[in-house]
Amino acid sequence: MGNDVLVITEHFDGAVADISYEMVGKAKSVAAALGGEAIAVMLGSGMGAAAGSFASDSTVYVDDPALEQFNPEAYGKVIAALMADKAPRLTMVGSTAIGMDLGAWLAAKSDSEFVAYVGDVAADGGDLVISSRLYAGKLTAEVVSGGGSAVVAMLAGSGDAAAGRGETAVSQIGSPVDLSSLKTKFVKLNRPAGGDIDITAEDKLIAVGRGIGSADNIELVQELAEAMGAVVAASRPITDAGWLPKTRQVGKSGVSVKPKLYLMLGISGAPEHLEGMKDAECIIAVNTDPKAPIFNVAHYGTTCDLFEVAEAMLEALG
Amino acid sequence: MKIVVAIKHVPSLADEVELNDEGTNLDFDAIDFALSEWDEQAIEQAVLVKEASGGSVTVVGVDIIEELEKVLHTALAKGADEVAKIVGDFEPPIESRTQAKMLAEAIGAMSPDLVLTGVQAVDDLDGQMGPMLAAMLDMPYVGVVVNVKAAGGTATITKEYPGGVTADFEVQLPLVVGVQAASQPPRYAPVSKIRQMAKTAVIAEIETDDDGAGGPTIRKMAQPVAAGHAEMIDGDSGEVAEKILAILRDKGLV
Amino acid sequence: MPRPLAEQKVIQEEVKELESFVVEGMDLSGHWNRMFGQRVIWDYSHDNMEKVTDLPGGESLGWCYGCAKCTAVCPIDIVGDYSPRKIHRKTQLGIDLFKSDDLWLCTTCMNCLRVCPKEVNMIKIMPAVREQAVLEGDVPAELQKAFEDTAKNGNPLGQPQRKRAAWVSQSDVPVPIMRQHKQPVDVLWYVGSYPSYHPRGIDAALAAARIFHALGIDFGILGPEEKDDGDSFRLAGETGLFEMLAEDNIKALEKYEWNRLVVTGPHEYNAFKNEYPKFGFDRPVQHYTQFLVEHLDQLKPLLKHEVNRTVTFHDPCYLGRHNGEYDAPRELLRAIPGVKLVEMGRCKENGYCCGGGGGGMWLDSFTQNHTRMRLSERRVREAVEYNAEVLAVACPFEVSRFEDGAKSTGNDHLQVLDILEMLDQSMRG
Repeated sequence: MGNDVLVITEHFDGAVADISYEMVGKAKSVAAALGGEAIAVMLGSGMGAAAGSFASDSTVYVDDPALEQFNPEAYGKVIAALMADKAPRLTMVGSTAIGMDLGAWLAAKSDSEFVAYVGDVAADGGDLVISSRLYAGKLTAEVVSGGGSAVVAMLAGSGDAAAGRGETAVSQIGSPVDLSSLKTKFVKLNRPAGGDIDITAEDKLIAVGRGIGSADNIELVQELAEAMGAVVAASRPITDAGWLPKTRQVGKSGVSVKPKLYLMLGISGAPEHLEGMKDAECIIAVNTDPKAPIFNVAHYGTTCDLFEVAEAMLEALG
Repeated sequence: MKIVVAIKHVPSLADEVELNDEGTNLDFDAIDFALSEWDEQAIEQAVLVKEASGGSVTVVGVDIIEELEKVLHTALAKGADEVAKIVGDFEPPIESRTQAKMLAEAIGAMSPDLVLTGVQAVDDLDGQMGPMLAAMLDMPYVGVVVNVKAAGGTATITKEYPGGVTADFEVQLPLVVGVQAASQPPRYAPVSKIRQMAKTAVIAEIETDDDGAGGPTIRKMAQPVAAGHAEMIDGDSGEVAEKILAILRDKGLV
Repeated sequence: MPRPLAEQKVIQEEVKELESFVVEGMDLSGHWNRMFGQRVIWDYSHDNMEKVTDLPGGESLGWCYGCAKCTAVCPIDIVGDYSPRKIHRKTQLGIDLFKSDDLWLCTTCMNCLRVCPKEVNMIKIMPAVREQAVLEGDVPAELQKAFEDTAKNGNPLGQPQRKRAAWVSQSDVPVPIMRQHKQPVDVLWYVGSYPSYHPRGIDAALAAARIFHALGIDFGILGPEEKDDGDSFRLAGETGLFEMLAEDNIKALEKYEWNRLVVTGPHEYNAFKNEYPKFGFDRPVQHYTQFLVEHLDQLKPLLKHEVNRTVTFHDPCYLGRHNGEYDAPRELLRAIPGVKLVEMGRCKENGYCCGGGGGGMWLDSFTQNHTRMRLSERRVREAVEYNAEVLAVACPFEVSRFEDGAKSTGNDHLQVLDILEMLDQSMRG
């Protein structure tokens, strides 16, 4: 086993996902401290140019038509072969729809240690100190990984994307494993039907979460949004329940937004939601729980009842 | 079709989380356990697949604190056919990877066509159950799944990406699926039915010699230090509403 | 949805006159006055009636002889088309009550049973049939949401269990929580879900705390260890949920030393008085009106400020008809200086229903599709007809129901207040 750090980068629709650059940036500092190299890995088909956009020490790009779309089985097998070849000390995947299919599987296959929900990794002597945001972000666990190899699933926003952008020579290879007889076959992508408001283009959002209680209560929020010239967005539980369309969902599995105003009603601030709205210019949180994590992120907060506040605002706006 | 759902009993976040004296983990004496919310989705998806394509659903989990019964009774009330718990001389916590090993052994013996589990759990420190089960059972894995259909020897799996995009995969059975959300919200199990099950149901017990200890070395666990804190607006709701509007007016937002 | 009657099949061959009929040893068969053999009766299938009457608790539906006294007093019939007799007749004609919307309209107010000469008991029939529907998953969505919330959090308002005592922080007098208080109390005050969580319910809880404090009562609450009493869920057919809540509440109550139990709500009162004893709970319980009436001599000097309003009182079904308490609330209202108490036409034994009982609290949208106006709206109009300025209530379900009704009928001038709030007003001015 060496001291290299392998970064499994991601792309979707031809664009490299930001988290890839964040991971490369983080990998560079860890690899430097370990005395190894940061190696970016990209899998795809016809993505050679994008593969050169990392500030890694080197980049391996595996090109194969079977890798054009993400396929957990194909990607897993290729990366497992690369890990066997490179014997890295640390492998980073994203804590994302793609990385979550790979990380724990690669760790089990390569007999490496695994840590999920990772916010930070640092080298401490020969050890890796890995902090994991457990229990929906309510606790941080500091894990020490000694001698062996490790795989970590990095949370979005845990590194500086700018530090991972750059140029490297790309070593392009074909698939090191046979991908002709996979049990998993990619069929097609389904894109959401257009027609609804694009919340990423809105200046003012009022986001509702679990605290809203029932579908009927959304009407009040709609009224307030209309009075303010804002649009209603939501956290996952609300769109899962079908109270608002999926297109209104902010967060990890929804969209990321950067409005001028993000007024949050009854959202406690799970890491998955924060990921999609933390860059809003003005965040105001209404939540009756004074310990809700959202108050660590919001600019203004109140523990008043959300319905009373909404009604009072509506009244004041006439 | 033999469908197995692997579940986790996890610390409930409904109450404040308290740490043990050493600050290395939760105070497990002071916390309740609950079914992982993603596993609840997995159970629902399993029952939906059974209703659409026939077969049977078996729900199995590691009985860490000897309180898994109620969860299993609820699963039966929702439509599971059989339930099993892995029992042994345990102390919490049992880390994910250790649970995955115990479950892989138990599930392997059941020869399933389809294994469903929640895509993640709040206590997944050393890994999500699904990919580890797949690796140990040598089956393909697809996670972050929002719909599963199975017919013949093939499953059609819908995986979710950000922004409302999904991808369809066709996978040869057997396989392991990490469920993000069932294709419809989990059904309500009337407490009357759960209590009926509690009186009549048989829970299979699978014994293990593994005491569940071990896992990553945790140096410390702590509540995250907030980088900042919101400026709290005081007053009754009317005053708060006025102050919020004043802030918005100040920024030219209303 | 029930099928129209026209689609119900008339069975020509299957239903026959009984060949012989013996009652208490006496042969009442008709063969002796009949020239021909056993006759075929043209009738609807009796299956759906038997499905109800075969259930423990469902028997009495078969006893109805159609006198329609119930129809005259049924609060739903006054705003819709519904009564036990109508249900009996529809079931005779083949409608399946288990699948019918009719199953969910009854608020178990008990006015029908009061007048029924045959003791057809909807308070038993409804929970029995509903229980089967609940087990089959045939439950209106909004009611099921209340079941789910309560199973998960111990209250139907969808609020966390651990915040059940959060209202205490708004109180200007101490409200001891038993878990922290760590000493016996004279009065264990069971607060209830709506007074713990609903903003208007909290107003009543805060008033109660001030009154208890002013009277020097040594009291405590269970706080986060208290759960919904569950009685309304029992009546709505989720028997298991009720049993679970009853067991949990009894366990919590047994942990502490106290002399008497006082509850804020009539449904809670009914639960502790009539249902919890079936689970081994055998301590006396009082509704707060009964408790405060006992302290009237101490209370009267505290009621210093006049409340110069015309007040009418709405008898809660589960305090009045179900448990016979009509006087205590009225005595309290009369003790408030300045109050002019007027009675509405439908009062006391014939009191109207707010629509919240028997699960109705969580069926508003469902019921609205079957009635011309809400029951609460009908009641508010009645209060206004009697020139009341204040509609006084003694049940935590009612404040929000009647306030909504007052708004939606354009009677905003009618104030809805819990008797606790009125006492508090008179105490503090």
